[in-house]
Amino acid sequence: MSAATLTAPATKPGADEGRIGLRANLRHIGALARRNALQIKQDPESMFDALLMPIIFILLFVYVFGGAIAGKGHQQEYVQHLVPGMMAMMGMNIAMAVGSGVNEDFRKGVMDRFRTMPIARSSVLIAKIVVEIGRMLIATTILLAMGFLLGLEIRGSALEFVAAILLSTAFGAALMWIFILLGLSLRTPQAVQGMAMLVLMPLQFGSSIFTPTDNMPGWLQGFTDINPLSQLADAARALINGHGAVAHPTLITLGWAVAITAVTMPLAVRKFRSKT
Amino acid sequence: MSAGPGTVGDMTRQTKTPRGGNAVEVRGLVKHFGDVKAVDGVDLDVREGTVLGVLGPNGAGKTTLVRCLSTLLVPDAGSAVVAGYDVVRQPRALRRTIGLTGQYASVDEKLSGYENLYMIGRLLDLSRKDARRRADEMLERFSLTEAAKRPAAKYSGGMRRRLDLAASMIGQPSVLYLDEPTTGLDPRTRNEVWDEVQRMVREGATVLLTTQYMEEAEQLASELTVIDRGRVIAEGLVDELKAKVGGRTLQIRPADPTALDAVAAALAGAGLDGLGGATPDPADGVVNVPIISDEQLTAVIGLLGARGIALAGISTHLPSLDEVFLALTGQKSSEAPADDARESDQQYAEVSA
Repeated sequence: MSAATLTAPATKPGADEGRIGLRANLRHIGALARRNALQIKQDPESMFDALLMPIIFILLFVYVFGGAIAGKGHQQEYVQHLVPGMMAMMGMNIAMAVGSGVNEDFRKGVMDRFRTMPIARSSVLIAKIVVEIGRMLIATTILLAMGFLLGLEIRGSALEFVAAILLSTAFGAALMWIFILLGLSLRTPQAVQGMAMLVLMPLQFGSSIFTPTDNMPGWLQGFTDINPLSQLADAARALINGHGAVAHPTLITLGWAVAITAVTMPLAVRKFRSKT
Repeated sequence: MSAGPGTVGDMTRQTKTPRGGNAVEVRGLVKHFGDVKAVDGVDLDVREGTVLGVLGPNGAGKTTLVRCLSTLLVPDAGSAVVAGYDVVRQPRALRRTIGLTGQYASVDEKLSGYENLYMIGRLLDLSRKDARRRADEMLERFSLTEAAKRPAAKYSGGMRRRLDLAASMIGQPSVLYLDEPTTGLDPRTRNEVWDEVQRMVREGATVLLTTQYMEEAEQLASELTVIDRGRVIAEGLVDELKAKVGGRTLQIRPADPTALDAVAAALAGAGLDGLGGATPDPADGVVNVPIISDEQLTAVIGLLGARGIALAGISTHLPSLDEVFLALTGQKSSEAPADDARESDQQYAEVSA
């Protein structure tokens, strides 16, 4: 290679100038989030999951399983149990869609354009998450509206109610990084979808979202106790119902959120960078 | 990967000022994917303000080369400097000066033409006002103003490619990569794209253009690098290479099919300088004459007119990629598209389906 250094063309001196500042980075995220939002506007069907899923699921569970789980006539109490749990579930369902969305996006030439532009590569992913958090909040609003129609009562303080929403949103946002990583790693949106279902089902049903875990076998209780969705559901439930331990499940949920983000976000960004 | 001949010349180039120098300098570039040597030691230069055509069949390594030069891939070995920036060590700075239009439209199909361009303006740190103004300017320039509000998915192939070029031009890049910019386009839209590329070059852009079509290279490029299996097999001025491969073939169809020999004899006796032999082809009722300049074309027609030979038809054909390879290397290209290079349209359609 000594000969090659002789022939190597002269480059401009200095390191790689053009590091992206915070303000520019936020502007880029804004422009890309606008893109994701416009995509939804162009393709309104993509909002169906956020709009309809909460309605269908709450009706299904309250009227089909509610009686059996809580006993006839105790549906009101079941709503109090179910709605906070479903807030946890919404986050997971929306997060799941992010994976196939990212995968789909990557099959398009526009990603090449973004990756040849002077922007931080993470901004493309962060913009996606910003918009998906918006979708998640819409889904949560609809879920709560349905809950109120079915008699949900806010028994804690207003502050605790807001805290429940923020906690489930934060956890959902953390989950998105897992699904983004999946979306970048697997080849087709179908594979991402299938894989996501495999992760989703046991986590959702093996949790305290739909039923109290007391009647589950011991080994399963072991799983539901460490299942972050249970912890999130318990925390949201305690915050909305105004009784039960709050600090413990909240801390565990936040711990999970931080741990998931810390591990999967750098992996996802690295995967995004090296993707060819 | 040796320095090859011309080490001294390369050293003098280093001392040249950027103006009039090379906007792109590639030395011994290598990119392998497992056992596939996609780019296997490529050297090339693109002089500032000119178009270099990179001609090669499918799978020759053209796209891999462009992806290395646009920071999408990290080369395994060798070096490449674009607009004074090293592609490996200074990718961020480099991205401010390049534009890329790929084989597949790199715009967001769900967004309108305007929104695509506005977004790119914002990503290039234009103010909202400037981004709006620049998007409108570009739409106007690329005749997309009427379609500005429609989603790009509803655009025709040509419109999409124009939008793609517009997107690449928003940041006024000094070096533009066009990776098979007309693959899959019909002749009319292809001409529109060519016009735009020529205009960009007039305005000072340096262009590295990959193509499978000799015709396209001839239209747009001043210099040509022919690659096959990741290696450069020929390079030089387009005219030099054209002379090597024999330029165009003129096909003359006399009104009287029995006059083929008379035509051939007339041309042979005319002693036109550098004109190859005229070959009658009775099966098609034509006479084929290789020509290398437009003047020769005029001379042939004038000569036949002077002899009073009536013509039913006359056409010129550029050598196909196959013929170019045959002439340059004495062998067929590794994966030349069948009879007609335009057959790759088929492949484009399959990939995008």
